[in-house]
Amino acid sequence: MKRRDDFVRYAVQVALVAGAVLVAVPFLWMLVTSLKEPDQVFTQPIHWVPHPVRWRNYVEAWQAAPFARYFLNSAVVAVVTTAGQLVVSAMAAYAFARLDFYLREPLFALFLGTMMIPEPLRLVPNFLVLSRLGWIDTYLALTVPWMISVFSIFLLRQFFQTIPQELEDAAAVDGCPRWRFLTQILVPLARPAVLTAGLFTFIGSWNAFLWPLIVTNRETMRPIQVGVATFFQEYGTLPNLAMAASTMAVAPVLLFFFLVQRQFIEGIIRTGLKG
Amino acid sequence: MARRRPSPRLRATVAAFFFLLPALLLLGLFEIGPVFYSFYVSLLRWNIIGTPEWVGFANYLALRGDPDFWQAWLNTAYYVLLSVPTTMALALLLASALHRPLVGLGALRTAYFLPYVTAANAAAIVWFYVFHPEAGGLLNEALRLVGLPRQRWLLDPRLAMPAVAITQVWHLLGYQAVLFLAGLQNISREYYEQAAIDGASGWRLFRYVTWPLLSPTTYFVLIISLIGAFQVFSPVYIMTRGGPLDSTMVLVYYLYRHSFEYFDFGYASAIAYVLFVFLFVLTLVQRRTIGTRVHYQ
Repeated sequence: MKRRDDFVRYAVQVALVAGAVLVAVPFLWMLVTSLKEPDQVFTQPIHWVPHPVRWRNYVEAWQAAPFARYFLNSAVVAVVTTAGQLVVSAMAAYAFARLDFYLREPLFALFLGTMMIPEPLRLVPNFLVLSRLGWIDTYLALTVPWMISVFSIFLLRQFFQTIPQELEDAAAVDGCPRWRFLTQILVPLARPAVLTAGLFTFIGSWNAFLWPLIVTNRETMRPIQVGVATFFQEYGTLPNLAMAASTMAVAPVLLFFFLVQRQFIEGIIRTGLKG
Repeated sequence: MARRRPSPRLRATVAAFFFLLPALLLLGLFEIGPVFYSFYVSLLRWNIIGTPEWVGFANYLALRGDPDFWQAWLNTAYYVLLSVPTTMALALLLASALHRPLVGLGALRTAYFLPYVTAANAAAIVWFYVFHPEAGGLLNEALRLVGLPRQRWLLDPRLAMPAVAITQVWHLLGYQAVLFLAGLQNISREYYEQAAIDGASGWRLFRYVTWPLLSPTTYFVLIISLIGAFQVFSPVYIMTRGGPLDSTMVLVYYLYRHSFEYFDFGYASAIAYVLFVFLFVLTLVQRRTIGTRVHYQ
């Protein structure tokens, strides 16, 4: 019995490592191809060590499109969307979690119900409204419509509900208004949930594609995902340049993810879903 | 004359609406408003030039007789059938494997999660070349190594959609595995201990303990992945543009084409509305049928 368990454990371990390598192969190929000479991209069998290493691919890709501007746009959009959404969500979550008010249940049901509205339905009407407001090709169009996230509100509400009412009562006795209780006590206590919600928003915003594709026409307003897609359309016949561009587009997210991965995965496991 | 103090509930309501104000504004403007506005637009003939003209249900009637629209439904359904069960089965298997003490558990979880973090379209660009029909395309190279013939993948109308599905399975696997992992960790150890005392092990443990107790998670993952799969866009836009021969023309790409390439907003809104109603009904039906059979601890 014991030996059989050991065997199963080793088999699972080996299978998982093999699977992880398999999942990583496209990344590896991207990296390797981004350093190849154009005529060495499609050799058979595949050369996994580029020789000579052609760093110029990165320089050429970088010069062919305004990548610095794309990165700046994405960073601004992701930071502003995340910050705005956390403020909006924390306020709404506070109301739903800790205030006993008229219409609470139907309003909460309405909020949850909007999760069933698919993104494609919002594209045309939001585009029409925002173009009338003159928001096309501005950061406003890229950020403001995404500052509402029922998922974040739900996540924070779940967490806020676990904080005992006595704490708020005691704070109220000390003359602490609701607003200060939320910002200085509740949000710091709910740090794991706030971080998880923030990470989801940040990565979702950084990776958004369809909406930015629609509301940006000028090259200077494009975020990195749209930028790299248009670059691919123009330079797709040069896979080494396209892979250099993809590597550049993916690198900041990977770096960011490696810094916070523990928080992220544990965050989903702990706060994401409770039966 | 003493003024009556407002009741605590009334005061809480005033405070609550203050806290809810930004969320309500954004929700009304960008989520709920569009539900009504796009229905209104779907009743118009509206090209970017010229003034909108009221046409009633003409757009919907036109959709009914539009073979490309029905083809887009078929293609989308085919994509859903290819990608959703595959991803979920693999994710559940992966989560069960990761739900045990292993060497380098954190690193393994991260490795499987990475494709989800990297944007769907950056991934699609890489996979475009993975499917490259020439020598050196990764997948054909792998086929060659096991002695199978080279395929034309994205250029072959029969294989283009499976190729898109493979890309998305790769992209979503880690995310769904983490959701299943969360579900597995919520199952109390006592159930397993009890079942083990009753002599259950291996497959029977999974069949009679894990599977029923995991059903809320499975149900949740099923709903979000169905809704997501019906809205697939990025990989199609990057890898195939709906081709070859419209074999990967999915609904959202069809909608995108009519709205932001042809600027036929009325027709596009009708497409969006049909999709919306379909997803709405699908979720309700699931809640009625599968939802009632879900076991909670």
